[in-house]
Amino acid sequence: MDLQTGLEPALLVDGDGDLALATRPDRRHLVVIGNGMAGCRAVEELLARDGGNWRVTIFGAEPHVNYNRIMLSPVLAGEKSFDEIVINPRDWYDDNAIDLVTSDPVIAIDRDARTVISRSGRTVGYDRLLIATGSDPFIIPVPGHDLPGVISFRDMNDVDTMLAASAAGGSAVVIGGGLLGLEAAHGLALRGMQVTVLHLMPTLMERQLDEAAGWLLKSALEARGQVVLTGADTAAIYGEGRVEGVRLKDGREIPASLVVMAVGIRPAVKLARECGLAVGRGIQVDDHMVTSDANVLAVGECVEHDGQVYGLVAPLWDMCRSLADGLIGTTNPYRGSVTSTKLKVSGIDVFSAGDFSGGEGCEDIVLRDAARGIYKRVVLRADRVIGAVLYGDTADGSWYFDLLKKGTDIADLRDVLIYGQAFAAGGGPADPSAAVAALPADAEICGCNGVTKGQVVDCIEAGAASLDAVRQTCKASASCGSCTGLVETLLALTLGADAVESGPKTMCGCTSFGHDDVRREIVAQGMRSIPEVMQLLHWSTPDGCSSCRPALNYYLLCAAPGEYRDDQQSRFVNERLHANIQKDGTYSVVPRMWGGLTNPRELRAIADVVEKYEAPMVKVTGGQRLDIFGIKKEDLTAVWADLNAAGMVSGHAYGKALRTVKTCVGSEWCRFGTQDSTGLGVTIERLSWGSWMPHKFKIAVSGCPRNCAEATIKDFGIICVDSGYELHVGGNGGIKVRVTDLLCKVTTEAEVLEHCAAFIQLYREKARYLERTAPWIERVGLGYIQDCLLTDPAERVALAERFHHSQSFSQDDPWQQRVAGSDADLHQQLEPAE
Amino acid sequence: MTPMIDIGPVDAIPLRGSRSVTLDGQNIAVFRTGDDRIFALVNRCPHKHGPLSEGIIHGHAVACPLHNWRISLETGEALGADKGCTPTVAVQVEAGRILLAAPIRVAA
Ligand code: SRM
Ligand SMILES: Cc1cc2nc3c(=O)[nH]c(=O)nc-3n(C[C@H](O)[C@H](O)[C@H](O)COP(=O)(O)OP(=O)(O)OC[C@H]3O[C@@H](n4cnc5c(N)ncnc54)[C@H](O)[C@@H]3O)c2cc1C
Ligand code: SF4
Ligand code: FES
Repeated sequence: MDLQTGLEPALLVDGDGDLALATRPDRRHLVVIGNGMAGCRAVEELLARDGGNWRVTIFGAEPHVNYNRIMLSPVLAGEKSFDEIVINPRDWYDDNAIDLVTSDPVIAIDRDARTVISRSGRTVGYDRLLIATGSDPFIIPVPGHDLPGVISFRDMNDVDTMLAASAAGGSAVVIGGGLLGLEAAHGLALRGMQVTVLHLMPTLMERQLDEAAGWLLKSALEARGQVVLTGADTAAIYGEGRVEGVRLKDGREIPASLVVMAVGIRPAVKLARECGLAVGRGIQVDDHMVTSDANVLAVGECVEHDGQVYGLVAPLWDMCRSLADGLIGTTNPYRGSVTSTKLKVSGIDVFSAGDFSGGEGCEDIVLRDAARGIYKRVVLRADRVIGAVLYGDTADGSWYFDLLKKGTDIADLRDVLIYGQAFAAGGGPADPSAAVAALPADAEICGCNGVTKGQVVDCIEAGAASLDAVRQTCKASASCGSCTGLVETLLALTLGADAVESGPKTMCGCTSFGHDDVRREIVAQGMRSIPEVMQLLHWSTPDGCSSCRPALNYYLLCAAPGEYRDDQQSRFVNERLHANIQKDGTYSVVPRMWGGLTNPRELRAIADVVEKYEAPMVKVTGGQRLDIFGIKKEDLTAVWADLNAAGMVSGHAYGKALRTVKTCVGSEWCRFGTQDSTGLGVTIERLSWGSWMPHKFKIAVSGCPRNCAEATIKDFGIICVDSGYELHVGGNGGIKVRVTDLLCKVTTEAEVLEHCAAFIQLYREKARYLERTAPWIERVGLGYIQDCLLTDPAERVALAERFHHSQSFSQDDPWQQRVAGSDADLHQQLEPAE
Repeated sequence: MTPMIDIGPVDAIPLRGSRSVTLDGQNIAVFRTGDDRIFALVNRCPHKHGPLSEGIIHGHAVACPLHNWRISLETGEALGADKGCTPTVAVQVEAGRILLAAPIRVAA
């Protein structure tokens, strides 16, 4: 209030005696609901244009003057004080004769009378009303969500609650791994709390970051001591009288004295809806922020413009300019905003902007530097930047964002774009090859192995004519691969582009490494997830493709049994649904029949299933078991439950896994049988079923050299003879028939089992994904297999033991798991709501 | 305005996953892409009628589980060298729920 200006009393219709001084009677009265970032900025914009003609009243629900909400995170982290984040101090309100009403929210709007009513009973009339109520934090309605100690992260009051809780120490759970949640977690961790972040999605900040950057972020937070649980679905918050912890749907419990819910925000539209304004997701406004009532405007997070709602401040500034121009009669339509995000966690640099989903017509440029923890991805469409994700080095974020907003044609910059503005500005389209030629001989090319340019050139001149040869001789680019481009350029410069030999095939277009290199590094570096492999080995695409993802999933599974969590989205449909898809979209179901044996109970159960689910066909397969055809996806779990009840488990007829163990009658019945081939086959199948492999794997046991079980065209074949067992490997009866090689002869069943387990494990560890044993043995030679399995018994035993260890995690019937409810939604259709 | 039918929460579909729903006897595949957008197509591949809801989802496309044709989720067109088109279904997300146009407005 400014007594000097001689203002007239405000139009307080029903006040509490606190008479605000107002303006000339012809001044129009603007009432603002919400003393937040957008409301106050709108007032600033208006006063700057046309201060003389307006007087202003602002209602705020909070007790404070207008502060910078974004900076609540630094306040929580102890980097700023509240005073430092105030945008408009008291003086500003006084100097501009703005009547500020704090701690008194507006509870109703009467559009006919053009008044607003506050909780304390004030009724104030308006010429124009501005609704700037921001957003309400979304609270997941799980049991216990209203216990004391469960809060959101939206205003200074929440920060005060967190500061009080952290002063007492203990553990905190933050539900939500988005921008807000991670900033809350960071602040609480700095304040000394043990913090666990629960995130429903598989990767953090999935709306702003792709999988690769999300993984880097998670690793960085974990390295700082936070526990980050992704795929974590909250079931309940528990506690007697106040919060004591959080329980997940999978049963895990995390004790906590403070729970911060940061799972999203909803535009605060209650007042607007109750007074009948048009409301969609937010309060609907036109290009000058006018609602469906010409006297009522709205701005900020509470509005919906052109179908969009925003949760960041940058759009608010543009909105406020259009609003103020509109109020004074100038046309300046708001046209929507493109936004960018930065995470305010000190020491972790993350930036994202625009559309990074990729897809048809889009091109990704990816730069990874594992040593420095950098990941950069720029998405292009038709020579324009349409999105960017930066992790570790965000210096060029604003440059990419600017190119994006302006729609700049980057065709000329394309080759150097990913290296950033400074590099791109370094004089015309750069010639990478000239730059490499100019490097001195002692310039380091490969940081991982400390190899200089001179050493690489020497090694090429000494005869290494391919990337692979260089990798093998001087080790340059053999570890993380980030210098592959440099080595290739040196090869071309030294030998001439035509003389460079191409090495073994790379895994796919996403990497410069072959299968064997990738596997070796997964084991050597102890990698544990697909995004980790892609980062550490410099994948050139953000999330791989349909050929490398299934392969990496298998390699990780094989390297870390029991530890690595299988990625369903990296599996083909058959392995995801544990059945074979048919041409009409139904599925075939093949239960295991151990060694080809069956009994009345199993046959009855199969017969019942065929009738109950009206399966159009049931057939004896070439693998000595029964295949039930035409099962609908929704019926699969019920069919499995019926088969499980009769003691049957999945036959893995759909998997890169052990398929069948065929047997013949053997010594029990056959007049020629030398050993119990049937019993041995059953034992072997019990030993080896359920294991994931590079490709499908088939076994057979024949009771004599007449070989009725066709053991000599199987991946592992056993021919029983009087003196013991001949073990055969590498057979294939498929597209290209290959007869097995004789591995060795043994005398006891125990030896058969040991050799079998060791051979399977060798195949699992050494063969490339989708390589069956036949082509594998052709490639590495029988001698190699014999070396590994026969020269040193201790090595064979170790292989067999690794197989048994891995089997201890994989012999859970996947059908039974699904029947028990795992991944249930994969099998159900969505249902229209009533 | 075409009435929209609520077929459930967005969260019922995993990222890069898909579910199907039957409306008026028509099977519709509903997809959730890696960037958290929702698309819907008639659940029938233009090649030999494979169920697109079972394919691997990549960007804004799905690879048919039967013979690996790639179909655009935005237009329903087969991508690359293959020719053919699956009808798209109008879909919209409101307050975390998926709404499909009904009676199904099948756009060519
Ligand atoms: C059901 C069955 C035919 C039958 O009715 O007998 C069958 C059916 C299929 N075979 Fe087979 N194969 C079946 C025994 C065989 C055999 C014989 C055997 O196992 O003794 C062979 C030759 C032996 C071998 O594998 O070395 C065989 C060699 C193939 C091949 C070629 C493999 C190769 O290495 O060249 C394929 C193609 C592939 O895997 O890529 C194949 C692929 C297929 C697929 C999975 C085709 C597909 O991708 O959809 C068929 C699945 C039909 C389904 O939905 O169930 N099937 N397939 C047999 C199931 C056996 C079982 O109980 O699990
Ligand atoms: C911790 C945190 C960190 C953030 N970090 C960033 C960031 O890094 N970058 C970024 O761009 N954005 C960030 N944001 C988002 C940004 O703060 C918001 O986009 C911005 O504040 C929205 O402005 P607004 O005016 O619409 O809403 P607000 O700033 O929330 O203002 C609305 C005000 O209205 C009041 N109010 C509501 N109802 C009533 C009523 N009935 N009567 C009276 N008053 C009422 C509220 O109390 C509130 O004070 C962050 C937000 C938070 C909470
Ligand atoms: S032989 Fe060919 S047609 Fe017959 S089941 Fe095998 S893959 Fe199918
Ligand atoms: S039916 Fe879809 S690709 Fe053949």
